Amino acid sequence: MIRVQLEDFDLGLELSNLSNGNHQIGGMVSFVGLVRDMAAGDSISAMTLEHYPGMTEKQLAEIDQTANERWELNASLIIHRYGRLEPGDNIVLVACASPHRESAFDACHFLIDWLKTKAPFWKLEETRDGGHWVEAQTKDDVAMARWMK
Amino acid sequence: MKLLYFAWIRVKMGTSNEIVDPPSTVENVQNLIDWIVRRNSVSSETFSDLTTIRVAVNQEYVGLDHPIKPGDEVAFFPPVTGG
Repeated sequence: MIRVQLEDFDLGLELSNLSNGNHQIGGMVSFVGLVRDMAAGDSISAMTLEHYPGMTEKQLAEIDQTANERWELNASLIIHRYGRLEPGDNIVLVACASPHRESAFDACHFLIDWLKTKAPFWKLEETRDGGHWVEAQTKDDVAMARWMK
Repeated sequence: MKLLYFAWIRVKMGTSNEIVDPPSTVENVQNLIDWIVRRNSVSSETFSDLTTIRVAVNQEYVGLDHPIKPGDEVAFFPPVTGG
C-alpha cells in the first residue's frame, strides 16, 4: 500500500494497522526518514518537498509491487510526505511485514533505496542564504544498483 | 500536448505547465527539446545541460529518443531527491 500525503503519520499506529492481527507475520521492519537540521555544513531551517502528483503514486505503486514479487511479504507500506517540513519532522515511512526477518529487512532496504532514485520528489532546503535545491547523490544510485540483480 | 516542469526547472521556466502544439516534425523528446529551446532565451538557458534533466512521458521515465504524439504529458525535472 502506498500513500502520498501532506499530513504527518504515527509510526505505532501504522505498524499496528499493517500487522492487522495477521498471525502469519513473524516480523516487521520499518524505516522512517526525518528532516535533518544540517546538510553539507549548512544549517537548515526548513525543507519543502515538491512532487509530481500522479507519477509519484504510479512509481511508488510499481516499486511496492516489485518488492512484493521479489520477497515473501504479508504486507508492505510506503508513506511519503510533501510540503513544508521542519527539522525533526517525518518525511517518509517504509514498513514491511514478513513471516521471516530476512525478507522484511531486505524488502524494506530495497524500497527505501529504490524510491530515493525513482519517486519524483525534489527537496528545497531553506538556509540562511535562501533556498536551494538538493542535488541527487551518486551514492543513492550506488545504493540502488546493489539491488539490480 | 501538455508540458510540465518541476523543481528548479519550474522556477527557471517561470511556470509549472504549458499547453503547446509543436509541428508534426517534432517526433521524439529530443525534437521537442530542440523546438522548446528555439522559442526564447529562458528556455534555451534552462535546457542548456541535458545531463541535469530527466524526462517522463505520460508519467513514465523515458530517454531522449522516446516518441511523442499530440495529447502526451511530457514532464521535465531534475534527478529526484526524495526519501
